[in-house]
Amino acid sequence: MKALEAEVNQLEDIEVQLLLEGVFRHYGFDFRNYAPASIKRRIRECMRDERAETVSGFQERVLHDPACLERLLYKLSVNVTSMFRDPSFFQSFRTRVVPLLRTYPFLRIWHAGCSTGEEVYSMAILLQEEDLYQRCRIYATDMSKEVLRKAREGIFPLASMQEYTANYQQAGGKRFFSDYYTAQYDSVIFSPALRANLVFSEHNLVTDGSFNEFHVILCRNVMIYFNKTLQERVHNLIYESLHMFGVFGLGNKETLRFTPRESFYEELDQRDRLYRKVR
Amino acid sequence: MEEKIVVIGTSAGGLSALQILLPGLPSEFPCPLVLVQHRGKEAGSGLCDFLQRSSRLPVEEPEDKEPIAPGRVYLAPRDYHLLIEERHFALSTAAPVSYARPSIDVLFESAADAYGKQVIGVILTGKNRDGARGLATIKQHGGLTVIEEPATAQSREMPEAALAATDVDRVLPLAGIASFLTSLFEAAAR
Repeated sequence: MKALEAEVNQLEDIEVQLLLEGVFRHYGFDFRNYAPASIKRRIRECMRDERAETVSGFQERVLHDPACLERLLYKLSVNVTSMFRDPSFFQSFRTRVVPLLRTYPFLRIWHAGCSTGEEVYSMAILLQEEDLYQRCRIYATDMSKEVLRKAREGIFPLASMQEYTANYQQAGGKRFFSDYYTAQYDSVIFSPALRANLVFSEHNLVTDGSFNEFHVILCRNVMIYFNKTLQERVHNLIYESLHMFGVFGLGNKETLRFTPRESFYEELDQRDRLYRKVR
Repeated sequence: MEEKIVVIGTSAGGLSALQILLPGLPSEFPCPLVLVQHRGKEAGSGLCDFLQRSSRLPVEEPEDKEPIAPGRVYLAPRDYHLLIEERHFALSTAAPVSYARPSIDVLFESAADAYGKQVIGVILTGKNRDGARGLATIKQHGGLTVIEEPATAQSREMPEAALAATDVDRVLPLAGIASFLTSLFEAAAR
């Protein structure tokens, strides 16, 4: 009985690999180097929603029905985040990074893997309060059309605003958080002025290359879904896309340690994982 | 995977329970111990330092892809799911599961996937059902399942839910859990 269970488990691993191989060869989305534990979990969740019994059965639908693929992509790319997640990160950004940014006449910022955009709007607010927004362009990218559509709208649930307001205040916010949005029914929409310099576009960190040079790149809690091989690729891509002395921000449980690019950066803030490219 | 791994999940009442369990583990405990204590997402709770005061083993919150080492207590960081892959940790900010992030089910199910029958799963006191499904998955994969005796647990809902979800191997009073875990490895060493 126990041997049987182990075999079932191994078979499922094979099926997952076949599904990911099929998705890559047919559609070009490459999840083959995603961290296995999370991706298996998400595939299983997606299978439950689609009422698929086996990964092989699910694979047939994904390969023959592009709408089913879109639902899988959506599932794989939504990371539930919040505005000003880890307020101390934004606080450090204000104190350590903003003074560096004041020296440039024009700024390009890249939010890689922006999901539904909560952190993009947070950064837009911060930059506006620091009088830098008008000389910024923020490029926010994700691989999923669906999350980008949501991010572009700038509409978030009203129920989240209490938490976001607390985060905003802890992050050193200078105004009333409610100045930035208009509530309607159970949603809020962020002010069009915040969206003026945001550019949302499709970009896949796994398969696409560098598309510009940036003064700041934020890629927080995105690479945690990748295995080490893929993390290395993305670290190289980010390094190549940063200006000399450009700033790179990671999630607070991510690190540059043990990556081949470690020695190319200096730490601006250890706790808040802010780095500066120095060679 | 040949090495064993202990995974523990707890919620309400967990802090006092861990202050009894952790001191019972010897400094030469030969196995990694991974812990989900349900916690708020606000920063600065100092939970890691708090638990360290009760533990001879070093207590830490793992970073993404950190290798899993024996003789250490790993605490799931706030506002992330903690998952286990072969010999290292992975983190996720996917949606909360049963309102919890970190979720016990997520940790337990990933441990069962990666370590199979080498997993020892423990459910302590708590006021919800998180962990029941995960413990059942550990059992299905041939691992060893343990719960704190519901009658003496500070909150009995969580161990009871686990008991209802699977044929649990051991129901132990809180004070006996550390020595039971230790004895598993003494038996193996002889």
